[in-house]
Amino acid sequence: MNLFVILKRTFDTEEKISIANGAIAHDSAEYIINPYDEYAIEEAITLRDTHGGEVTVVTVGTEESEKELRTALAMGADKAVLIDAEELDHSDQFTTAAILATYFKEQEFDLILGGNVAIDNGTGQVGPRLAELLDIPQVTTITKLEINGTDVKIERDVEGDVEKIETSLPLLVTAQQGLNEPRYPSLPGIMKAKKKPLETLELDDLDIDEDDVEAKTKTIEVYLPAKKEAGKILSGELNDQVKELVSLLRSEAKVI
Amino acid sequence: MSNTMEKVFKGGSFLIEDIEAADMFTPEDFTEEHLMIAKTTEDYVLKEVVPQLDKLEDHQFDVSVDLLKKAGDLGLLGVDVPEEYGGLGLDKISSSLITEKFARARGFSISHGAHVGIGSLPIVLFGNEDQKQRYLPDLASGARLAAYALTEPGSGSDALGAKTTAKLNAEGTHYVLNGEKQWITNSAFADVFVVYAKVDGEHFSAFIVERNYKGVSTGPEEKKMGIKSSSTRTLILEDVHVPKENLLGEIGRGHVIAFNILNIGRYKLAIGCMGGAKRSIEVSAKYANERQQFKKSIGSFPLIQEKLANMASQTYAAESSVYRTAGLFESRLGQLSEEEQKDGLQIGKSIAEYAIECSLNKFFASEVLAYVADEAVQIHGGYGFMSEYEVEGAYRDARIHRIFEGTNEINRLLVPGTLVRKAMKGELPLVEKATALQNELMMMMPQEIGTEALDQEKYLVSMAKKVILMVAGLVVQKYGQKLENEQEVLANLADMISELYAMESTVLRTEKAFNRTGAERHTQKLLMTEVFCQEAFNRIEAHAKESIIAVEEGDTLRMMLSALRKLTRHTPINVIKKKREIATVVLEEERYVL
Repeated sequence: MNLFVILKRTFDTEEKISIANGAIAHDSAEYIINPYDEYAIEEAITLRDTHGGEVTVVTVGTEESEKELRTALAMGADKAVLIDAEELDHSDQFTTAAILATYFKEQEFDLILGGNVAIDNGTGQVGPRLAELLDIPQVTTITKLEINGTDVKIERDVEGDVEKIETSLPLLVTAQQGLNEPRYPSLPGIMKAKKKPLETLELDDLDIDEDDVEAKTKTIEVYLPAKKEAGKILSGELNDQVKELVSLLRSEAKVI
Repeated sequence: MSNTMEKVFKGGSFLIEDIEAADMFTPEDFTEEHLMIAKTTEDYVLKEVVPQLDKLEDHQFDVSVDLLKKAGDLGLLGVDVPEEYGGLGLDKISSSLITEKFARARGFSISHGAHVGIGSLPIVLFGNEDQKQRYLPDLASGARLAAYALTEPGSGSDALGAKTTAKLNAEGTHYVLNGEKQWITNSAFADVFVVYAKVDGEHFSAFIVERNYKGVSTGPEEKKMGIKSSSTRTLILEDVHVPKENLLGEIGRGHVIAFNILNIGRYKLAIGCMGGAKRSIEVSAKYANERQQFKKSIGSFPLIQEKLANMASQTYAAESSVYRTAGLFESRLGQLSEEEQKDGLQIGKSIAEYAIECSLNKFFASEVLAYVADEAVQIHGGYGFMSEYEVEGAYRDARIHRIFEGTNEINRLLVPGTLVRKAMKGELPLVEKATALQNELMMMMPQEIGTEALDQEKYLVSMAKKVILMVAGLVVQKYGQKLENEQEVLANLADMISELYAMESTVLRTEKAFNRTGAERHTQKLLMTEVFCQEAFNRIEAHAKESIIAVEEGDTLRMMLSALRKLTRHTPINVIKKKREIATVVLEEERYVL
């Protein structure tokens, strides 16, 4: 089976976000594989171990993303592809999906797995867009996956409920928490990863013209959430407190 | 995978030679694989061990065994074991990083360290082919776990005073061991013990003893002040028949194994201490930001900031020193041919080469941890005294590190003792350098100190070397053979040498980082280097003064003190201001920041 995982390099979940010159400061940040993409990698490796085949991890990023690709190889993926898009000044979900679609049109694939959402921008769009562009079925936020020949049985998380779906390969799925427990790269895995193939493609190699993948959106402003103010403790008769609370909710919090 | 430094340095040579920043290993030299190994270890500790810490602290050793086996599955037990025996045969930097990350596992890090370090290494380094094949694959996978039995009720620092005996039986097939070993880490569950005993009550030797041999038993679990997650019991040997194939190394040469394993144990312990110190900084910085008093976070008070800055700067010094030492080991051991790597004598020599550095790291880093853990409790105030706060445990766990693997007092005495021996053997030209210095002192003119970043710190390092040579030359001249009775002065010398090693390690590390990626990205490193060097130099000066006063009197004393003043003349930096800057960053990021 030809298994592909699309992954993204994101900020470490522990990172404190700061804004400098109207953009998120990247200077000393630690990076990780987007945690939802880790579920996708784990699932792909398990599927390969059961059904045979090969796992290729793909990212659209810069040279720095090699580190996350290596980590995926150390977990057990077989091959990695870095599509270097450093030359693009602006990119959005359209850009990423368009680049990936161009790449995948040249590949033989049975299943593409991705995370349900990336923890940085949190749009959850790249997977669904890619499936549309490739004209294949897609199932998002999956929590269980069973493959039998080309038949696929899936359970997906629908806001806490479970939806059961049957579909067939080729297919794109995005992983939700609960799909599996991603492994850590073992030390032998880390040492082996050094020798696994990691291919870098420039946009030119894919015959992509920068204009064709130009971002469809423009970021107007980036700002941090307002600082949480200290809470208020009301006092006095219970009835008065309730009245005050209602009036504050109306006038200050403006929620009713 | 290693990117070890090409040059191989003699142990102790830092005292009289200057090295280039490029020739010193620093944490900024970690490879991608090193960092991935560190991450796997960190993830393992956080996700597998930390949730079980309560059980571990409660002596549920079946959990320890399970966790060690899981560590084995990830390869975390096989780093120092060669590939041909089922291990990974990775470099010393990798094993050091694993040790650092394990510190977060509290007493369980001692279980891990005892297994992979003092438990397995005697067989890795000094075992014969048959012993390696029989034991190492299981030790690397965690199928069997190891312990190390050197200490006895009557012999601690005086290891060679052991009373446990071994006697070849009449058939000549087995050594019969009798005796009692004390405070044996992992003794509740270890399958294999490296035991020291005297053959015929005389020849100190090492044996591999399996738990299931008849006559092997362990005493009750000790009640300890800290590191409760590790098992500590006596090992009782009653007419234990050990196959003669399990004699480790040669009869009467057990001390070579014991002392070299101790050397490795010492620098590894130092790495663990540094890892623990980093964690305490993180916890304390978070608390200082959260805790409000007088309607402000306590982190906004300069006295709390001063503590955090001291904790960070000293940890930086420890981190720079221990990885420098790991680099020294790596370049020397990495240089041995495959044949030499199988030769216990060669290995022993390579390790013993850095005995001084091992001792320096051991007492320096364990005292940094002691300070950091103590201030961590202080920053937490009354809450730090309560067991539900992490720092309470960190404080108790820290205490043992100044005691085991050779007390800090023994390690202090070892430093000048080894140096004098090296000088006598002609391995280090200390006497020549000291004599040359005497002449130099006569006509020394005050030097202009540059104004570039690190200029002053480099100057202080070079002057510290001279001060140490001067004091060392003085006491050797004065006491000669009787020097060993002057323990206070010897300990002063050890302290001065330790401060120097740490100072130089911070300066060269910061310089190397500057050269690689530019000074502006390393302001925190520079600040910590400046603060540490200034304060370390002040301490060196004080130790030197006390030592000179203890040794000389009258006109000679006045002359020596004036020479010391010449050597220590400089305009000190404003450490208060710099510490506030350091603390601001630590509080912002709530961790030890580089």
